[in-house]
Amino acid sequence: MTQKASGVFNWLNHRLPIVNTYERHLSKHPVPKKVNFWYMFGALASVVLIIQIVSGIWLMFGYENTEEGAFASVEYIMRDIEYGWIIRYMHTTGASMFFAVVYLHMFRGLLYGSYHKPRELVWVFGMTIYLVMMAEGFLGYVLPYGQMSYWGAQVIISLFGAIPYIGESLEIWVRGDYYISGATISRFFALHVVALPLILIALVFMHLVALHEVGAGNPEGVDIEKHLDENGVPLDSVPFFPYKVLNALVAIGIFGIVFSIIMFFFPEGGGYMLELANFEEANPLSTPEHIAPVWYYSPYYAMLRAVPDKLGGLVVMGAAIAILFVVPWLDRSKAASIRYKGVLSKIAMTIFVISWIMLAWLGTVPVTALRTTLSIIGTIIYFSFFLLMPIYTSIETSKPVPERL
Amino acid sequence: MDETIDLMEDTTTTRRKVLIGMTAGVGAVGASFAVVPFIASWNPSAKAKAVGGPVKVDVSKMQVGQKIQVSWRKQPVFVIRHSKEALANLVQVESKLDDPSSMKIDEPYRGANATRSTSTEYTVIAGVCTHLGCAPKYYPEMESQPWDESWVGGFFCPCHGSMFDIVGRVFKGVPAPTNLKVPPHYFDGSILTIGEERGTA
Repeated sequence: MTQKASGVFNWLNHRLPIVNTYERHLSKHPVPKKVNFWYMFGALASVVLIIQIVSGIWLMFGYENTEEGAFASVEYIMRDIEYGWIIRYMHTTGASMFFAVVYLHMFRGLLYGSYHKPRELVWVFGMTIYLVMMAEGFLGYVLPYGQMSYWGAQVIISLFGAIPYIGESLEIWVRGDYYISGATISRFFALHVVALPLILIALVFMHLVALHEVGAGNPEGVDIEKHLDENGVPLDSVPFFPYKVLNALVAIGIFGIVFSIIMFFFPEGGGYMLELANFEEANPLSTPEHIAPVWYYSPYYAMLRAVPDKLGGLVVMGAAIAILFVVPWLDRSKAASIRYKGVLSKIAMTIFVISWIMLAWLGTVPVTALRTTLSIIGTIIYFSFFLLMPIYTSIETSKPVPERL
Repeated sequence: MDETIDLMEDTTTTRRKVLIGMTAGVGAVGASFAVVPFIASWNPSAKAKAVGGPVKVDVSKMQVGQKIQVSWRKQPVFVIRHSKEALANLVQVESKLDDPSSMKIDEPYRGANATRSTSTEYTVIAGVCTHLGCAPKYYPEMESQPWDESWVGGFFCPCHGSMFDIVGRVFKGVPAPTNLKVPPHYFDGSILTIGEERGTA
């Protein structure tokens, strides 16, 4: 029996590199022996990706992508389909948790210089994933065709109108109508469930392939490739299985608890994850009193509002995301990790985090004169952190990075 | 002998390069033609274009200072009936405005009336903020507001704080780039038709 099974396995393995791939990328893949909890969010992000794909497919069974049917079909999923509510709340909670873990994952990158040579491409692929995720999240938010879907989409699509000359025709082209109609919903649906997920999965694949080529970083910023054993395996590494896998399982367990608490008890997230106005069907004639994006877009939204100019606002918002792509080339520090960087980097990082959180809050509250001033200050700090990075990382004195982990 | 081979190699390489260039060029042209249906299918369909005929509304019952909202092409259109005083005061707010004579946009009835419409009493404007498309709210009273202590009355957009006067002209220093648009319309007595000019039907 076992012989037969291994015969089949050998037959397969000669035609498909199962053992090689498994050993190279999973079981024997060397990872730094000392990392901390910040290094768990990548694994968690892939778990959420799977949750989103599965719950998304199940939502499609009940969802109707038409102007007349969209809102009602979401209510149908919530009330009439058995356990439909849990599928939907899994997907909406998953969207927020996806951004939560990705933001923490990105922050880890900034903190420990995960983008330092030779991991620039890993960072660039990661940023592209983030960009596609933002588009994916936006498209998904429009699908229930509630008040916030409608007016949020109205605002975001109107951003295209800021582009000189072609703006207005571009807006109509994106909507496929003169307002956000069934035509818009059905194309957003196709993009949300097929086109962007395909791109997302391809990018995640590239992100991991690039990562496995150069190896994972560590919080010390030590290059573990410098000291290898006789087999060419870094001395300061442990194999992926069981060390990384069991670690990740604990993290996934804790994450599952947090995820479930939110999904069962706070699926609306106090109006930051599912906005209350979205429980009302879209009405093209009446803007809700207060339009706020869901929390994960709010820092950019605050920046958009800080600029008293339509095109200027769009440019600032785009630049805020674009600048993240070039971080690997802005950081001139010899040390990758914040632990060994100079005092200027530490101050800059602290101010940046405070201003980012402030912007995130400002993006969710109504405009007042004071808040606009704060948004402007926050925007300036955000850009200064990145644009001044080449200066403060090269003039400060960083501590020597240890040889071994 | 060697020279001949060199020469032959030269001509073959050049020929090969020309052929590759031509093939790639033709391929690129073909590819761009192939893209056309995919791009064009995103334009509004014939069905979407057909919807959106003109709408009629009786404005005789409106109070002075009142604003009503009419739906045209699923977009809000504001109709406001102004008092004589309010219209006379419009000149005073002009210093606050970015484009008091609507020179930046294609204004259909420029200079005809202070209301910007074809009527001396009613303003007809699209209720779509020229910034990012929200419907601005009407705050006609001249009183201090959270967004402007010396508010002179007009429209305030809740989304991004753009301000317009009572006939939809944009203030300076706000995100909206231009005045609210005036849709084509005409009055037949007290019947206002939005969506077409007189005599075009």
